Amino acid sequence: MTVESTAARKPRRSAGTKSTAGKRTTAKNAPGTDPELVQLLTPEGERLKNPENATYDKYVADITPDELRGLYRDMVLTRRFDAEATSLQRQGELGLWASLLGQEAAQIGSGRATREDDYVFPTYREHGVAWCRGVDPANLLGMFRGVNNGGWDPNGNNFHLYTIVIGSQTLHATGYAMGIAKDGADSAVIAYFGDGASSQGDVAESFTFSAVYNAPVVFFCQNNQWAISEPTEKQTRVPLYQRAQGYGFPGVRVDGNDVLACLAVTKWALERARNGEGPTLVEAYTYRMGAHTTSDDPTKYRADEERESWEAKDPILRLRRYLEASNHADEGFFAELEAESEALGKRVREAVRAMPDPDRFAIFENVYADGHALVDEERAQFAAYQASFADEGGH
Amino acid sequence: MAEAVTFKNMALAKAINESLRRALDSDPKVLIMGEDVGKLGGVFRVTDGLQKDFGESRVIDTPLAESGIVGTAIGLALRGYRPVVEIQFDGFVFPAYDQIVTQLAKMHARSLGKVKLPVVVRIPYGGGIGAVEHHSESPEALFAHVAGLKVVSPSNASDGYWMMQQAIQSDDPVIFFEPKRRYWDKAEVNTEAIPGPLHKAQVVREGTDLTLVAYGPMVKLCQEVADAAAEEGKSLEVLDLRSVSPLDFDSIQASVEKTRRLVVVHEAPVFLGSGAEIAARITERCFYHLEAPVLRVGGYHAPYPPARLEEEYLPGLDRVLDAVDRALAY
Ligand SMILES: Cc1ncc(C[n+]2csc(CCOP(=O)(O)OP(=O)(O)O)c2C)c(N)n1
Repeated sequence: MTVESTAARKPRRSAGTKSTAGKRTTAKNAPGTDPELVQLLTPEGERLKNPENATYDKYVADITPDELRGLYRDMVLTRRFDAEATSLQRQGELGLWASLLGQEAAQIGSGRATREDDYVFPTYREHGVAWCRGVDPANLLGMFRGVNNGGWDPNGNNFHLYTIVIGSQTLHATGYAMGIAKDGADSAVIAYFGDGASSQGDVAESFTFSAVYNAPVVFFCQNNQWAISEPTEKQTRVPLYQRAQGYGFPGVRVDGNDVLACLAVTKWALERARNGEGPTLVEAYTYRMGAHTTSDDPTKYRADEERESWEAKDPILRLRRYLEASNHADEGFFAELEAESEALGKRVREAVRAMPDPDRFAIFENVYADGHALVDEERAQFAAYQASFADEGGH
Repeated sequence: MAEAVTFKNMALAKAINESLRRALDSDPKVLIMGEDVGKLGGVFRVTDGLQKDFGESRVIDTPLAESGIVGTAIGLALRGYRPVVEIQFDGFVFPAYDQIVTQLAKMHARSLGKVKLPVVVRIPYGGGIGAVEHHSESPEALFAHVAGLKVVSPSNASDGYWMMQQAIQSDDPVIFFEPKRRYWDKAEVNTEAIPGPLHKAQVVREGTDLTLVAYGPMVKLCQEVADAAAEEGKSLEVLDLRSVSPLDFDSIQASVEKTRRLVVVHEAPVFLGSGAEIAARITERCFYHLEAPVLRVGGYHAPYPPARLEEEYLPGLDRVLDAVDRALAY
């Protein structure tokens, strides 16, 4: 699990795949823990420049200190928001929360690579991407609080609703991208999913469709090493990014804790899509630092040391080190951001507590676009039933 | 390992766990498969400890692919195994629906009886736990409509234990709906006294004025309704169907001939639900006995609502009592 040590390595195929070929039992690092990995910023905060990264480096070559601070700010605020949501769940304000802790760079890097007219299809954990798309973080909490099943207008920010059924959204993304191609537009689509999701038939089918129709879609897989209790080895025996090859489009593995690399690689992939070069699979190699959700208990299946080793690769810390070393940010910046984080936490907390329970008649709203006689009948029965309590002076 | 001993007071989840343990222990062909069923013991811990004791080749953590889980279970069954697969939550069975409906349900008939598919598909189902969407649904009618499948749902720990034994021993595919909100409810489980067959309904409370029919999560509610009605001097009989397919119409008929009134309660939407079938058949069979139309209480023709509205959506004490009053008023 030495991600950083591979940074300077030449992009050769994974040793893991080769050594396991033809064997029935595979080595424990079978999904490839150290194949080629695009990295532009080391965990120590050093800016890496080497020939292997040149293809991607040019997408961030002229990034300004201001933009770098922006990425840092995005990650810090996203983490703060996420932490707030976790504690709101502990306080009983949310029924459940799926934390993105550790995945900030993957999400902010890829999210900031998108253009306003691109369309994003998230899972249920893309809070950082939502942030980049301008969705009010408080709106993400409605479905976790149980007051709605969505919470925002997907067309408002070209950010689709969260999808809980694993993998479904990759097909929607592909279809949307097919539509863009039909329209002759030059926007692109990005679909998020996890390493676990890569096992679903829907994901395989979306690879097939996007390749066959040359759809302008970027598949952004956040390989956070776990699907609830199952490690990536339970989903695949080859590094995930290599899957793309079999479908006829490129796959790239990027250091998912390196925001610059995520930004660069995603920009590259989106540009390919815009240029009519079809789909790309980006595997962001990262780590879920927290539990799968607040109802999960990772102590049942994974060792603390694993998390500790990934803490050393923390995406936020690494950019901070770089900002400090390059004198791109001073104490004032960090202090201001700290205050901004606190304010965000407070705003989110208050917004959640102020979220009213939905009107009970909401059950019958929007079941159909055209209306439906049976729904009308049941709504009327429901109203009569509710009214019978009012008559008794009940609720 | 799993001796036939008498367990006292066990929660439903634990009873199913013990039942699976017994099956693994007594038949080497039994396999457990599903997402997170191994080390984690399933998200509801129903398979807790089984991998530790029976190994990874008997208790199999599968890739995250429901169609794959059921499809490969079919293949394993063709090879002589008896897979018990877990679908993590009700709303996630649909990627596997194709395999269940087009393959699992029909292969026995297509092979002129030569092929048997003893596959159990366990699905924690139903609402009342404040979950996010796709975690609270009751899709039993969708499966009961398909010939070739048995569809059952225990309501208590004792049935959880025994019905699982019977489901695994069945040579037909069984869709085993586990009422997740009752997982933590305890009851006496006698692991020696084999109860009636899998498809038989059971009178869980005798009464004379009206019959309440339910299965799975709604049985306990109906018992509470009967308690409340008793305080008002009404005597309700409660029938636990246990099986939705086949449906034990004889037991319902016998009860209705005695009480002359019937209210069917389930969480699933009323429209074209199992209650509709019961109402139609009982009307046909008991037309001259009935004093009131058969009434149904269940979910609405609407997507399962967000958690904060589920109490409005799900049948509760008041809604069932209201139906009881209406039936008695005829
Ligand atoms: C079709 C389906 N099956 C099962 C689940 C239950 N479930 C929710 S998240 C999850 C693990 C997902 O892992 P991964 O795709 O790696 O994404 P991550 O949560 O790690 O970001 C599972 C099994 C689901 N939501 N949908």
